[in-house]
Amino acid sequence: METSTRNTLCNIVLLAVLAVVLYVFEKHGTEYQIRILNNMAIFITLAVSYNLVNGFCGILHLGPNAFITIGAYTSALLTMSPAEKQLSFIIEPLIWPLSVMQVPFAVSLIAAGLTATIFAFLISFPVFRVRGDYLAIVTLGFGEVIRVLCNAMQSLTNGPLGLKGLTPYTTLWWSWGVAVFTVVVITKLVNSSYGRAMKAIREDETAAKAMGVDPFRHLLLAFLISAFFSGVAGGLLAHLITTISPTLFTFFLTFNLLIIIVVGGLGSTSGAVIAAALFAWGGEALRVVESPMNLGFITLPGIPGMRMVLFSIILMVVILFARRGIMGRSELSWNRVFAALRLQTKA
Amino acid sequence: MQQIINGISLGSLYALVAIGYTMVYGILRLINFAHGDLLMVAAYAAIYAVTLLSLPWQISFPLVMVLTGLFGIFLDRVAYKPLRDAPRISLLISAIGASFLLENLAIVLIGGVPKGFPRPEAFAKVIDLWGLRIQVLTVYTPILTLVLLMGLLYIVHRTKVGKAMRAASKDFETTRLMGINLDRIIAVTFFLGSSLAAAGGIMWAMKYPQVNPFMGVIPGLKAFIAAVLGGIGNIAGAVVGGFVLGLGEILIVALFPQMAQYRDAFAFTVLILVLLFRPTGIMGEPITDKT
Repeated sequence: METSTRNTLCNIVLLAVLAVVLYVFEKHGTEYQIRILNNMAIFITLAVSYNLVNGFCGILHLGPNAFITIGAYTSALLTMSPAEKQLSFIIEPLIWPLSVMQVPFAVSLIAAGLTATIFAFLISFPVFRVRGDYLAIVTLGFGEVIRVLCNAMQSLTNGPLGLKGLTPYTTLWWSWGVAVFTVVVITKLVNSSYGRAMKAIREDETAAKAMGVDPFRHLLLAFLISAFFSGVAGGLLAHLITTISPTLFTFFLTFNLLIIIVVGGLGSTSGAVIAAALFAWGGEALRVVESPMNLGFITLPGIPGMRMVLFSIILMVVILFARRGIMGRSELSWNRVFAALRLQTKA
Repeated sequence: MQQIINGISLGSLYALVAIGYTMVYGILRLINFAHGDLLMVAAYAAIYAVTLLSLPWQISFPLVMVLTGLFGIFLDRVAYKPLRDAPRISLLISAIGASFLLENLAIVLIGGVPKGFPRPEAFAKVIDLWGLRIQVLTVYTPILTLVLLMGLLYIVHRTKVGKAMRAASKDFETTRLMGINLDRIIAVTFFLGSSLAAAGGIMWAMKYPQVNPFMGVIPGLKAFIAAVLGGIGNIAGAVVGGFVLGLGEILIVALFPQMAQYRDAFAFTVLILVLLFRPTGIMGEPITDKT
C-alpha cells in the first residue's frame, strides 16, 4: 500500500474513532465530562493556532487573549436576540446595527474570526516593526488595551456587566469540528512553502531575507490565521460558558496557552494538541490539591490557588530543564508511528 | 499645579522601577517580567518587618531594600542563569513563569485579600505648601528618588563595578575576554535594580496603602513602557521616561475627566506610538542588530 493512501486511511479511521467517542459521550456522558471535552477541544484550537505564531515563526506574541475577547464578544452580540440585548444593556443601549441583528451560530463564529483577523491586521503594522521582547510587550499591551476598552465602551460591550444568558450553542460537534479543522489547516499550512518560509524566519531572519523571503508577509499571514482561529475559539468559548465579561479574558488565559505550547514543544502541532488535552484534563484533575485531602492519618487542608503555583512550576521546570517539551519540534505522524511499530516487530 | 506635583510624584515611582528594567535589559537583553513583582515582594516584606518584627520604619525600609536586592540575585540565579546561552524566547518565557510563580505563591502563602500597609505617620501628614494641600509623601517621593538616583549614577559612573557594568552592556563577550567576572556584574546589576524596585514598591504601598499579590503587575508594565519611552538600556532615559509617563497620565485624567477609565490604556498607546515613530525612545542610541 502506498504510504500516502495508508496515511489517509489512518486519518479517516482516527476521525471515525473520535466521532464514535464523541457520540458515546454525548449520549451517555455526564454534563461534567462533556464540559471537559468541550474545554479540551477549545484549548486544542487555541493552542494549535497560538503555536503557529510562537512555535513556527519563533516570535513571542502575548496577546491571543485580545483576539479571544474580540471573537467572544462579536459572536455573542450576533447570536443574542434583540429582546435579550434590550434586557442586558441597562446602562447604555447597544448601538444601532448590532441592536437589531441576529444571525445563526455558524455565521457568528465566522464573523468572530473575521473581526479578530481585522484587528490583527490593524495592529500588525506597529507589532512587526519590532522583534523579540518589544513585540512581546506590544502584544501584551494590546491585550490590556482591549480589556480596558471592553470595560469602557458600554454601548458596545455592556462594560463590566458583561453579556449574560447566551444560548449554549457550543456542542461537542461544534467544538471538536472546529478543533479538527484548525489542526488540518495549520498542518497543511506548516508543510507548505509558506510554512517552510516561516521556519526559516524563525531560524535566522536575516538569512531568510537574503534568500528572498519577505518576513513581514509571512509573519502577517501566520498572525492573521492565528487570530482568526483564536476569534472562532473565543466565540465557541462564549457560547460554552454563556456569560462573558472583560475579567474573563485576562493575561491569565495567555499564560495558560503559553504553558500548553511550551510543555507540548514550541513548533509542534501534535505536541500542542497533546498538551492542550492534558491541560484541560489535568486542570480538573488537579482540583484535588485545592480541596481538603484525607491521607488516612492526617487531613491536609485544601489550598486555593495551588493549581496555578503548580502550573507555574511546571512551566519553569520545562523551560529550564527540558526545553524541548513533550514533542520538541517533531510531529507525531503516521510515518513515525509505523516506523516505530516496524522496529518493534523486528526486535 | 497640584496635578503637576502629583504627576511628578507618580513619575518618580515609575522612574525608580524603570531603572531596574533598563539596567537588566542593558546587560542581558532581557525584559525581566518578574521585576514588577519585586514591588509586591518588597511591600509584603515591609509589612512583616513593621508588624511582626516591630522594627521602626527607619530600619525596616532600608533592610527591605537590601533583602529585595538579594532576592533579585536569587531570582537571576534560579530562573535566568541556566538559560544564558538559550534562545531569547526561552529566557522570556522563564521570566513570565517566574512572575506568575511569585504572584501565585503570594496568593497561596499570604492570601489574595489585600492587606493594609502600616504607613508611618510622618508620611501621611498633609501640609500646606503655597496654598496647595499636599501629602508629605508626595513631596518626599521625588526627593528620595533623586537621592537614590544620585547614588546609582555614582556607582555606575565612578566605581570599578560601574565601569564593568557599562562595558558589559556595550559588548558582553569582549568584557568577558577582558577578565571581568560577568556573573558578579550581573549579580550587582540585579541587586541594584531590585533594591530600587523595593524602594518604589514601599513608596507605592504608602501612596496606595493596599498590598495584594497582583499590585506589581500594572506598575511593572508601565515602568517598562517608561523605560522604552526613554530609550531602553539608558538610565537617564528611564528617569525621563518615567516622569513623562507619570505626568502624562495624571494630566490626561485632570484635563479630560471623562477619559479617566481609559487611563490604563494611555500608557500602551504611548508605547505603540513610540515604537512606530521612534523605536529607540527619547534618549536611546540606534539599536544595532546583535543576533
